[in-house]
Amino acid sequence: MLTLDAVEIARGAFCLRADFVIPGGALVALIGASGAGKSTLLEAIGGFVPISGGSIYWSGADITREPPDRRPVATLFQDNNLFPHLTVSANMALGLTLRRRPSAADRKQVTEMLERVGLDGLGDRKPGALSGGQRSRVALARAVLQNRPLLLLDEPFAALGPALKAEMIGLVVGLARERGKTLMMITHDPQDAHLLGDQTILIADGRAEEPADTKRLFSAPPPSLASYLGT
Amino acid sequence: MAYGAQPLIRLGQIAAGLVVLLIAGTILAVAWRAEASARLGAADWAAIRFTLWQAAWSAILSVALAIPLARALARRRFPGRSAVVTILGAPFILPVIVAVLGLLAIFGRNGLLNAGLGALGLPEVTIYGAWGVVLAHVFFNLPLATRFLLQAWLSVPSERFRLAASLGFGPAATFRIIEWPLLRATVPGAALVIFLICTTSFAVALTLGGGPSATTIELAIYQAFRFDFDLGRAALLALVQLGVTTVAGLLVLGVAVPDAMGGGLDREVAYRPARGRFLDGLMILLATVFLVTPIGALAVSGVAALPGLPAEVWWAAMRSIATALGSALLCLVLSLSIALAVVRARRGVARLLDLAGLLGIAASPLVIGTGLFILTFPWIAPSRLALPLTGLVNAIMAMPFALRALIPAVARVEADYGKLADNLGLRGGARLRILILPRLRRPIGFSAGLAAALSMGDLGVVALFADAGSATLPLQLYRLMGAYRMEAASGAALLLLGLSLCIFWVFDRGGRVDADA
Repeated sequence: MLTLDAVEIARGAFCLRADFVIPGGALVALIGASGAGKSTLLEAIGGFVPISGGSIYWSGADITREPPDRRPVATLFQDNNLFPHLTVSANMALGLTLRRRPSAADRKQVTEMLERVGLDGLGDRKPGALSGGQRSRVALARAVLQNRPLLLLDEPFAALGPALKAEMIGLVVGLARERGKTLMMITHDPQDAHLLGDQTILIADGRAEEPADTKRLFSAPPPSLASYLGT
Repeated sequence: MAYGAQPLIRLGQIAAGLVVLLIAGTILAVAWRAEASARLGAADWAAIRFTLWQAAWSAILSVALAIPLARALARRRFPGRSAVVTILGAPFILPVIVAVLGLLAIFGRNGLLNAGLGALGLPEVTIYGAWGVVLAHVFFNLPLATRFLLQAWLSVPSERFRLAASLGFGPAATFRIIEWPLLRATVPGAALVIFLICTTSFAVALTLGGGPSATTIELAIYQAFRFDFDLGRAALLALVQLGVTTVAGLLVLGVAVPDAMGGGLDREVAYRPARGRFLDGLMILLATVFLVTPIGALAVSGVAALPGLPAEVWWAAMRSIATALGSALLCLVLSLSIALAVVRARRGVARLLDLAGLLGIAASPLVIGTGLFILTFPWIAPSRLALPLTGLVNAIMAMPFALRALIPAVARVEADYGKLADNLGLRGGARLRILILPRLRRPIGFSAGLAAALSMGDLGVVALFADAGSATLPLQLYRLMGAYRMEAASGAALLLLGLSLCIFWVFDRGGRVDADA
């Protein structure tokens, strides 16, 4: 369970407030105009930007001051999710260990995960030799291997075509359900929010609203969402 | 980026502190030792006047010749153009003494030029003396000035030249409206940088200058050391040298210094007027001949002497290689520590760290050498320190270039992959091993190669400290010249040239192979 208690993130003149609870295992979409602060919110939860007020809790534990790698959070960024000089396997193994030579058990996990995301046999390639969709799968696989209960996705599939993106979201949902992960995904496409299911957080006018039922939110959009959707 | 950054910032502070300590410490030693001695004599004033005179002429001539050359290279396309641009980068790693020997092969008493003049019954010219010093400086700095100006020319958006063409600008209007503003912005910076470089000239003055009319301050320091063993006077002259470089350095800081190390000089501007093609071609041809023939003549005369080189030359070559490798490693450790800290520290601290690393550009090796001599000679025999100190001083001289290559690269890596690394918990050693070092292979290879080549060819500090048993290849070469063994000297020069180019190439290449975009 993720709790944002009266969180305030100030960046220059811009200020974003968030005060909500996301139950464990929920799949939540974040939607809002560009510049509304979607990425900033995820960066604050991930520990990449400091918050200026309030606290963040995971399952009751205060993680407000923890560095990114001590938080229960794995993040997929918009790009640069993989080190281009390391092979696919080496990139994925970094989710498990920083040792120079991963143990046999770790290597086995990597191989199994490669198969799970449909990339078996590609472990020795470097990211540059993969397609955009394949790279997204490797990055997702790595994030899942990190074994952190909360998965944050900052539009990592934005550069993919609609069909590929839908496929990737399907894979994300499947992996999250299998492993009981809590998921927050930024999108600017209502279609993605529907694919993810569950709930949607609307970010507008310097506020992140409480998660609302996705279907209900889009069938009766509040004014700020309506103006974003152009309906 | 705030978390986990402290240890790396501290490491950078230590590295910067060492550089400042070395430079400030040697200056203090020089100041302390200089106090007791007498005032400047007439010969010292002559050295000061000559230093400024030759630096001014070298800067003026280099830039004046670079203007038409850069313009010709910017607007003409011809086979071999990229080779010419590459040659313009070579003086960065060309040992000074090698170039001097090459110039002697063309302009010396038995050189090609005098042979030609003699055949025509004309009086012979001499390269020794004041104008020989200027000639050698132009040989080194014409390429540098041309790279500065070429960068400026190529930074003009091609649309502007197209617009000029569509408005029917003639050469005069093009010059007034496009070229004059860019020259006005670049020429002062380029000229001042060259002036600064030439005020610390030692090896050229040592080999081609000398006497009352062509002795630079640095040469006077060396002579006070070597011939009079008058440490007080050497220290006083070192203080004077320090004053001159400081003033010149402050002037450079005050103007915008163009970038000569950047890439992209292969491009051309879209503006290729039909008129002036002949003059442009002639300019490029003359400059290429001027820059290539000395080295070519040296190679021809040196290759025959290579097999018969005396054993002490090979020993000196070994010492030079060892020194170069040590210097490269030291330069990398210091520069990388500073670069990592500069990217992480607060703005004010970062600026200071950066500035400390840049001190090498204004530091004079002979001044540092004098200071180090004063500090160490009561305890250790100078000849035992010759190689370590040559490596150390050259590492610091190469740092400004290394930092210009490393800092932007570290900043880019952190901007692109910093969050991912934080997310994965890559700290300290693991961050270096997994992220930083693999992503920085190119600038690391380039920096190491530059430091290695600089210290390989250096004839400065080593001349103060070394004896016959600890001479580096450049010093051995200078001794062969002094003994008029010119054949062996050109063989040794060819060896030195080959080693310098090789060591740079190996490092630079090592940073490029198998590098993933």
